[in-house]
Amino acid sequence: MSKVNLNIPEVEIREIRLNSITGFQGTAKELVDACSACGGKMKDKNRSFSQCLGCGTSNAACTLTLIQDAAIISHGPVGCSTCLHEFAFTYRVNAYLRQLEHPTQRKIFSTNLEEKDTIYGGAKKLEAAIREVHKRAKPKAIFVITTCAAGIIGDDVESVTNAAQKELGIPVVAVFCEGFRSKMWTSGFDAGYHGIARKIIKPARQKRNIINVINFWGSDIFREWFAEFGYEPNYITPFATVDSLSYSSEAALTIQACSTLGSYLGAALEQGFGVPEIRNSPPYGIAQTDRWFRELGQILGKEKEVEEFLARKKAEYMPKIEALREKLKGKTAYVTAGASHGHSLLALLKELGMETQGAAIFHHDPKYDNEDERADTLSHTVADYGDVPNYNVCNKQEFELVNVLNRIRPDILLARHGGMTLWGAKLGIPSLLVGDEHFGMGYEGLVAYGERILETIENDEFVKNLAKHSVNPYTKWWLEQEPYTFLGK
Amino acid sequence: MAGLIEQERYTCAIGALQTVVAIPRAVPILHSGPGCGVMIKGFFERAAGYAGGETAPCTNFSEKEVVFGGTDRLRNIIKNTYKVLDTDLQVVVTGCTAGIVGDDVASVTDEFLWEEDRPIVHVETSGFKSNNYVSHSAVVNAIIDQYVSRFEEENPARSEKNLVNVFASIPYQDQFWKGNLKEYKRLLEGLGLKVNILFGPHSRGVKEWQTIPKANFNVFISPWYGEPIVKNLERKYGQPYFQFGYLPIGANETTKFLNGVLEYAIEQGAGIDEIKARAFIAEEERAYYEELDNLATFLLEFRYGLPSYAHVLHDAGYVVGLTKFLLHETGVIPKEQFIVDNVPAKYQEKIAEEIRSVSDKREIPVYFDPDAGAMQDVIRGLDNKGRALILGSGWDKELAAEIGGDFLSIACPTPYRIVLTTNYVGYTGGLRVIEDIYNTALATYK
Repeated sequence: MSKVNLNIPEVEIREIRLNSITGFQGTAKELVDACSACGGKMKDKNRSFSQCLGCGTSNAACTLTLIQDAAIISHGPVGCSTCLHEFAFTYRVNAYLRQLEHPTQRKIFSTNLEEKDTIYGGAKKLEAAIREVHKRAKPKAIFVITTCAAGIIGDDVESVTNAAQKELGIPVVAVFCEGFRSKMWTSGFDAGYHGIARKIIKPARQKRNIINVINFWGSDIFREWFAEFGYEPNYITPFATVDSLSYSSEAALTIQACSTLGSYLGAALEQGFGVPEIRNSPPYGIAQTDRWFRELGQILGKEKEVEEFLARKKAEYMPKIEALREKLKGKTAYVTAGASHGHSLLALLKELGMETQGAAIFHHDPKYDNEDERADTLSHTVADYGDVPNYNVCNKQEFELVNVLNRIRPDILLARHGGMTLWGAKLGIPSLLVGDEHFGMGYEGLVAYGERILETIENDEFVKNLAKHSVNPYTKWWLEQEPYTFLGK
Repeated sequence: MAGLIEQERYTCAIGALQTVVAIPRAVPILHSGPGCGVMIKGFFERAAGYAGGETAPCTNFSEKEVVFGGTDRLRNIIKNTYKVLDTDLQVVVTGCTAGIVGDDVASVTDEFLWEEDRPIVHVETSGFKSNNYVSHSAVVNAIIDQYVSRFEEENPARSEKNLVNVFASIPYQDQFWKGNLKEYKRLLEGLGLKVNILFGPHSRGVKEWQTIPKANFNVFISPWYGEPIVKNLERKYGQPYFQFGYLPIGANETTKFLNGVLEYAIEQGAGIDEIKARAFIAEEERAYYEELDNLATFLLEFRYGLPSYAHVLHDAGYVVGLTKFLLHETGVIPKEQFIVDNVPAKYQEKIAEEIRSVSDKREIPVYFDPDAGAMQDVIRGLDNKGRALILGSGWDKELAAEIGGDFLSIACPTPYRIVLTTNYVGYTGGLRVIEDIYNTALATYK
C-alpha cells in the first residue's frame, strides 16, 4: 500500500505516486495487460501538438469550494480563480439534493498577485488576505490554493498558513496545486483532500452509523440505499461542513463515487484514521453492483440483508433491463470521460448490450492508493464484458477526439466533461452528458441510463441539423491522418 | 484592503486571448501553464468561438519547461498548429510561467514570420502583469504593430475619408459585445460612414484589419480601457480619435454620441451628407420615443410594485451609461454605484465627474473598487427605501435575494443568463434594457 503521510505539506503528484499516464493507444485489454506486466510502472508518452488542459488548482478548488462554511483564497494572479464561480453556481442550484434550504454565498478570494509581488514575494499579501477573509467571511476554515506564479516565485505558503492558524484559531490550510507540477488535473483532487486530511479531520470520538461517500454533487441515492442497512451517508466534500468533515473519522467505512476522485482520501481515511475503505470500484453494471454491495455487507456485517436487497433489486429491475437490452442491441457508442468513471460507463454500455467502439479516457492510474486490484475499474470491465477497441488515454485533446469520431461515427457519444459533446453534435452524432455522477449506479441506474441513451439516439434532429451548418476549424489534412500522429512513441 | 479581490468580475492579462477569439478565423496559441485556457473558458462560458476554448493550442508548461525554458515546445506546437488548424491569424499569448522563466517568444514567432511568411503575432500577457481590461489593448496593438503594419503599402494612412475604425466593447468581457458592435456599425453607417468593426461576425476578419491604416479617424467609446490602441494609431498613422466616455444607452446619450461623431467627421473632412445624417438620427429617435410613450402608462400606473432604485456593479463604461439612462429614461433612481473594473487612478476623477453631471438635483455616490465582495457588503449596509434593482454579475443574484431586490444579469461572470446577439447600446439597446428590467420584475409575479 502506498504510504499516506499526513505530516508533510504536499502529497506527491499522480505521475510519481501512482505512475499515472496521459498517453496511450491500443485496446483496453492491452492497457490492463501492459500495466500488470510492468508492475504499474507505465512509461508516459508526450504529444508534439497539444491543446488547453485543465490544471490542478481548479480541481483542488472543486474539493473545497462547496464546503458549507469554509473560505477559499487563491494565492496568485486574479485569473487563477476566475472559473471558480462555476462552483458557486453548482452549490446554489444543487443544494436541494442535500436538503440544504438556504445555500449561502460561496466565499472565494484572490490575493491578486501583481508584477511587483513576483519580485518581492507575495507572502505579506497572503498574510493580510487571510486576516481580512477571516474578518469578512467568518469561515470555520480557510483553504489557500496555490498557483504557478506563487509556486515559481517560491512563497512560503506553508509557514504563512501555519502562523495564521495559530493566530486565528481556525484551520488555515495550504493546498499545493500549482498547474505546472502535474499533467493530471486530478492531482488537484489529491492536493485538496490532503489538505483536509492533514488539517481538518480529527481522530474519532466514537464510531457512528455513517458511511463516508467521496463524491461530487450527485443525487442522494445513498441515503435510500444505506437506510436499508441502518446507516446514513456522510457526503464528502460538497455540501459537507467543516465539522462533518472533521468527524468523517467516525464513519463505519468510506466509499467513492469514482476511484479516480477518491483514491487518495479513501486511503488517507483508512491509514490515518482507521476508517476502512471499500475496495471494489463503484457499482456500475450488474457484476460490479453485486460485488460492491457484497463487500459493503461484509464490512458492515450485513451480508444477509445485502443478499435480500440485491434479490429485490433484481426482481424489480431485471425485466426492465432486459427490455432495454432488446432495444439497444447492436447500437454503437464511444465514451470520453475521466478514468474510472469512464471505465464504469463502458461497463454500463456493455451491460446494456451495446457495442463500445472506443474511448478517449483522460488519464490512466495503473493502480490506486490502496493498491488493491479490486479497485481497478478497467480490469473489471474487461474481465466482465470483454475488450474495448480504440482505447485511447488522452487528456481531453479535442483534435484527437474529432479525428476519431469522424472515423468511427458511433450511434451515440457519451461524455462526462464539458466541451466534448459539441464535437459529437457537429458531426451529427447524438451526444449525451450526464452530470449526476450517481445516475448510472446500481440496477436502477442501468435502467435510468439506458432510457436516456435511447431517448438521445431517437431525438437526433437537432444534431443532424447542426452538423449541416457547423463550422470546423480542423484541416482536411488532419482529419485524414491517424488520430495519434502527434503522440510520441 | 489593497490587493485582495473577492468575487472576480474580470480576469487576468491572458484573458485577452478572447480578443483574438473574437476575430473571425484567428487562433490564440497559449504559451502558458495548463489550466490558463480552461480558467478563461470557465470565466466567460460559451465563448469558444472558432478556435478558442479547448480548441486553442497550448504548450501546457510542465516542471521541465519551468526549469529549462519552453521555447522548443512552443516551436513544435506552432509548427503543428499549421498542420491541424485552418486559421488566418495566429496570436501567441503568454502566461505567468513563460513570463517568470523569461522565454524569448519573439525569437520563435520570428522564425515563422521570416522563414515562412506566416501571419503570426506574439504578445506578453503574463497574468500577474495586468488584467484583461488592460491587456486587450496590448493584444490589439500587437496585431496592429506586427501584422497590420505589413499591409501599409496597399492601405495608405488616412486614405479613405469616410472610413472609421471602432474601438469599443472588449469582446466577451462585455457580454453584449456582438450586439453592441453590430449596433455601433449600423448607427455609424446610418450617418454615412464606412466602419471597420474588427470583431465578431460582422467584421471581415483579417482583411478588414489590414485596412485599419486607411481610416480617417477612430471612434473610441470607453472611459479608459482601449486608450493605448487609439494613441498607438494616432502616432503610427496620424489618425485622430473621437472619444465618447461611456456606453450610449437610450435616446439621450445615443443622439449625443451620434451628433458628436457627425460633427467630428465633418471636421475631419469626411464626405458626409449632413442633412441625411440628421434625418437618420431623427428617425431613430422617433421610433424610440414611440415605444417609450406607449410604455409610460405602465411605468406610471402599474400598481403591484416595480423597482424604484438601482445599484449597478459593472465597469465604468456601463455604470456611467446606465446611471444616465436609468434616471432620465426609465425613472428608476440610481443610488450607490459600484465601478469594479480596477480603473487606474488617473481616470477616476473624470468618471466621477461624469456621474456627478447625471443630475443637478441629487448626488449619486460612486465607489471604485475591484473587490466586489466588499462592495456587496457596502450594499448590505445601506438603508435605501423602496424596491431595489441590482444590475450586476451572477455573483449578485444571491445579494439581490438577500435584500429582497430584483436582479438583472448584465456583467461577467454570467451563469444565470444566455446572451447571444442582444445589444444594450443605442436606441434599440435602451429599449432592450427596459424590456429586461421590467420583464425581470414581472417574472417575480407568479
